[in-house]
Amino acid sequence: MSDLKDLVREKLKDGVDAFLCLKDEEGTLLPALITDADSPELELVEAGGARYPMGKILIDLLREYPGKRFAVLVRGCDERALVELSKLEQVDLDRLVMVGLACTAEEARACGCTRPYPSEIALGEKAEAAPGRETIEEVEALSEAERLRWWKEQFSRCIKCYGCRNVCPMCFCKDCALENPHLVEPGVIPPEFPSFHVIRALDMTGRCVDCGLCEEACPADIPLRSLYRKMQEIMEEKLGYRAGESPDEKSPLSFLGSEQDIEKLEREQ
Amino acid sequence: MVDNGKELSYRLVPSTCVYCGTGCGVLLEVMDGRVTGTLPQKDHPVSWGALCVKGWAVHEFVHSERRLTAPLVRSGGELKETDWDTALAAVAEGLSRVAKEHGPDAVGFFASARCTNEENYLLQKLARAVVGTNNVDHCARL
Ligand code: SF4
Ligand code: SF4
Ligand code: SF4
Ligand code: SF4
Repeated sequence: MSDLKDLVREKLKDGVDAFLCLKDEEGTLLPALITDADSPELELVEAGGARYPMGKILIDLLREYPGKRFAVLVRGCDERALVELSKLEQVDLDRLVMVGLACTAEEARACGCTRPYPSEIALGEKAEAAPGRETIEEVEALSEAERLRWWKEQFSRCIKCYGCRNVCPMCFCKDCALENPHLVEPGVIPPEFPSFHVIRALDMTGRCVDCGLCEEACPADIPLRSLYRKMQEIMEEKLGYRAGESPDEKSPLSFLGSEQDIEKLEREQ
Repeated sequence: MVDNGKELSYRLVPSTCVYCGTGCGVLLEVMDGRVTGTLPQKDHPVSWGALCVKGWAVHEFVHSERRLTAPLVRSGGELKETDWDTALAAVAEGLSRVAKEHGPDAVGFFASARCTNEENYLLQKLARAVVGTNNVDHCARL
């Protein structure tokens, strides 16, 4: 098994312009862009540890540097995010080389992950999926009225930090509905129940790649991942679609209409 | 796509959110020489990868047009840009004059949530040990 340092050097020598991975900076693991195969920084690259929204960083990098090619170290969820982002025309996979990292069994358990590995593994050993459905099962055991109360209680802790949206690799809209004063009243904390969270959950349907970064970023420990995962389960059951898999099949919920189409729809209303 | 020839430059700089005394850990995204975004530092012992809405936006003032980038001193009723030595001399002169004419308790010090703990410590030290007053308060009470 080769190590990450060799892989980074190899890709840079093979002609990618930069490699996005994690690096140890005085004891802190953070995303870093390595551009030089002989850089002393290569000694500091790390595979495991902290998780960051690589897809989100790449959207910006690909846009800021058109014509440049990037390699990136991807876990299963990073790969799913990039595949889905390419279907949504936010990243260009032709300018990306993904280097796969399989998560450890411990990481898979901590994430409650349904697919803790990317489609091709360059580093690590494939661990079993460990789908954590405890929260979903706990909620499903309740009556509908109790469920509503349960979620209301959870969301009453929301401090409207927007962290769940900001960290999410799949949230990229320029005009976010959560900042629309007609939909979400400014200055009100916690945000009105359930609109704020239902808007986000609906926008994530067929898009969420179950990386759990939102839940990790939530200062109020709201079980966001379970909510979005339940949405994906329904999506799969009803429409047979799993976000981030099969690069050639677009989400049945995605359509890109031309301005004329949209105007026509508006006229017909 | 056409290469715009720009040299690749992207890095994350660990820093501390300046908006309140909690001191959450942020990573400032620096792309092409400009601060473009904020990510929470995942292993920060204060905030463990979470931030409030202010922390998430902490990069936004850096390149703001409205940001003061040089000290201003009022002279003849008008604020004028100056250098730090002149500004500090004006502060020292003003404070000593008031303390001398009206006593040290005529002077008050306001600490700031946007400074570090250590800087705030130094400010109260200046108030108590140098000027000789206990008039120390904090902007969070305003
Ligand atoms: S969700 Fe967690 S376990 Fe699954 S691929 Fe991502 S990091 Fe690995
Ligand atoms: S798990 Fe959360 S952060 Fe990850 S894609 Fe889904 S909504 Fe976004
Ligand atoms: S991360 Fe948590 S607290 Fe922040 S807006 Fe989302 S749900 Fe609310
Ligand atoms: S992120 Fe929020 S809580 Fe943390 S230091 Fe900044 S202002 Fe304070």
